[in-house]
Amino acid sequence: MQFSHDVVIVGAGGSGLMSALYAKEGGADVAVVSKLHPLRSHTGAAQGGISAALGNEEEDHWLWHAFDTVKGSDYLGDQDAIEALCKDAPRTIVELEHYGVPFSRNKQGKISQRRFGGHTRNFGESPVRRACHAADRTGHTILHTLYDQCTRKGVRFYEEFQVLDLIMNDDGEPAGVVAYEILTGEIHTFHAKVVCFATGGYGRAFKTTSNAHAGTGDGMAIMLRKGIPLEDMEFVQFHPTGLYRLGILITEGARGEGGILRNSDGERFMERYAPTVKDLAPRDMVSQCIYKEIREGRGVNGKGYVHLDLTHVGDEVLDKKLPEISEFSRTYMGVNPKEEPIPVAPTCHYAMGGIPTDEQGRVERGARGSSIPGLYAVGECGCVSVHGANRLGTNSLIDLVVFGRRAGMAMAEEVKQGKGFAPLPDDPERETRDLLDGLLANTRDDGEPIVNVRTDLQETMMENVSVFRTDETLSTALEDLRALRERAKHVVVDDKSDRFNTDLMDAVEIGFMVDYAEAIAACAHHRTESRGAHSREDYQNRNDDDWLHHTLFHSDCNGSFEFDKKNVVITQFEPKERKY
Amino acid sequence: MKLNVEIKRYDPASDDAPHWESYEVEAEPLDSALSVLLDIKWHIDGTLTLRKSCAHGVCGSDAMQINGENKLACSQLLKDLVDGDGDTLRFAPLPAAPVIKDLVIDQSRFFEKYRAVKPWLMTEGPAPEREFVQSPEDHEVIEEATKCIMCGACTHACPSTWADPEYLGPAAMLKAYRYTFDTRDDGAEERLDVVDSADGLWKCYTIFNCNEACPKDIDITRWLSSLKRKSVTAGASAAG
Repeated sequence: MQFSHDVVIVGAGGSGLMSALYAKEGGADVAVVSKLHPLRSHTGAAQGGISAALGNEEEDHWLWHAFDTVKGSDYLGDQDAIEALCKDAPRTIVELEHYGVPFSRNKQGKISQRRFGGHTRNFGESPVRRACHAADRTGHTILHTLYDQCTRKGVRFYEEFQVLDLIMNDDGEPAGVVAYEILTGEIHTFHAKVVCFATGGYGRAFKTTSNAHAGTGDGMAIMLRKGIPLEDMEFVQFHPTGLYRLGILITEGARGEGGILRNSDGERFMERYAPTVKDLAPRDMVSQCIYKEIREGRGVNGKGYVHLDLTHVGDEVLDKKLPEISEFSRTYMGVNPKEEPIPVAPTCHYAMGGIPTDEQGRVERGARGSSIPGLYAVGECGCVSVHGANRLGTNSLIDLVVFGRRAGMAMAEEVKQGKGFAPLPDDPERETRDLLDGLLANTRDDGEPIVNVRTDLQETMMENVSVFRTDETLSTALEDLRALRERAKHVVVDDKSDRFNTDLMDAVEIGFMVDYAEAIAACAHHRTESRGAHSREDYQNRNDDDWLHHTLFHSDCNGSFEFDKKNVVITQFEPKERKY
Repeated sequence: MKLNVEIKRYDPASDDAPHWESYEVEAEPLDSALSVLLDIKWHIDGTLTLRKSCAHGVCGSDAMQINGENKLACSQLLKDLVDGDGDTLRFAPLPAAPVIKDLVIDQSRFFEKYRAVKPWLMTEGPAPEREFVQSPEDHEVIEEATKCIMCGACTHACPSTWADPEYLGPAAMLKAYRYTFDTRDDGAEERLDVVDSADGLWKCYTIFNCNEACPKDIDITRWLSSLKRKSVTAGASAAG
């Protein structure tokens, strides 16, 4: 079947819904196509906060927020985009509040704010209360409120439709997307004037992750397959405090409320590494420090974890401000954080890199200004780049809504200015049909179970492309991925039916995973320095002379790839050594 | 431990009726019920069909019946479901909804009811320059209701829902409560028109099934009682 809308947004998390809402309010006919029901999107798992220099608790300025974000990014974030983020943030938070987000309140009845890692007052002096929050369910309340508003405004939802292809016609213009309707097994063409990808992150490529099962990087892989580069894929954020072995997130808000990391000696080890902000150092540093402690034999009980100690913060704080994580600790670890510390270890959490865009979310093919009319990307799948080499906690939610809002307005404007439908190519669904038919035709004689390929991919990424990397580990990963690409083509789909065939979608996803995992490993191999979350043991220093630029990764998704550079925009904060 | 897992399977395209299938699995007491299902799907039978996403109880995808009770599969650890070796674990789809396939139900009706209650903040007059002022005490009144993840465990545990497909059910009415009691909202009248009806509040007989089923421990019955009181007061003042 063929559907037709002014604007088609792929993905229904925070950025997809925000852009849908603002495009709709701007007068466009908007459809959201999502492989999950919108309320199941991963934004709902975001816990601790959303940053904005509201100054509700103490003096704060957008410029301080911008400085922290630039410094947090290890000077790889684009300062013009970061200015846009930090300047837009307070207004956007107020709009969210007006839309109904039930933020926690302070005594004056204003939005309550708390501390988070890397957020400081007066250019690094001491921690500042900048994270607006709804207890530790901040993402959940934003997701639900945006869905409620989109429902009210008549955004058209196609839920449980998995987008498998971006339609680029012969003239290189985006003309829509191809989606598989999970309920019926039908393949549909969505013809659109404007397409926006809001498909989120890729954490499922790693064995231990805080990401939902759905976080398989589909949008990044689809763009790559269409000849769009990916930017800064080497920068993978590991969140310092995932529940040991499970990877379930324990918000940084826990440390913002006074939680302390301790090693096997009970030592507050972050004092040694970051004397000013201690446990509230940025995530790249804290994750690296935890691994150092574990490697040097100070993991608790000789195991691969440290303790997050909340026993002193008080029952009232745990009950009112951190209720969810208290429940997670009890449910999944049998640990009551009021009485004993929580075993934690870093968990793959967030993609700093992604589809290159400008500040309105327009996708760029290469150098700055090379945007493609009618093609957008927002949220975690995009790279604008405000996070550079390391994202500060709470800056993802504000990224989603600030750039979702900007893209939504820009898309409505593009339609208003007369952007028409690019003509569809002949048989736009052919590639998708061939892909699915090929997977369904695989048999046990020449193929293997999906789970084997996925597990091997997750293990090689975790083992070789994790917090610490070397030439050797990355070469191993690239070799493994070459083999995995072939194996992924031959996975066996047990379910041959048309109805709700999640087995078939798992098979498609493993193909996507190989393509972007290669981007991550190859970019990490390429960048011979350590910066932010990218820590090369064979190149331990940051090297601004050679590497103060973004990486663009082009691939034919068949084993050949090349790199390109993009300059970093520096406006007012000159790169210097990062100390906390 | 070795478990006998029974799953209610049904593919309307090929089966005349649902049937139970058994699987033997090895599992650990700290594994979740979801991990048992995924183990079966990934290693034994790829045709087994279920919804899942976050895997830690916040997205609401995998509400289903486990040992006869509505639960989120990801938030249930085996140690709380079985005693040990040889025990049986039973999975079935949530009741009182059409089954799409195996453990996946059709939620379109459930979300129609959600939309019916106008679940969004309605405000009159110009918005303030900054955020609305709302005291922590006023916030507290709606806070628990904002935890709802719309998983459907409550609505599909409610005998009124089983008996009457038109009944709005606890999840939709909790949403109505959440917005009606938000001090920023001016839409009470419009929303009460919907819930103060034969298909709404008055088919709630306060039997607490919704509370027992709620994976987020929301005291749904309590909040629906507040909504009932509000609708009676509003009705009385309109009549007066």
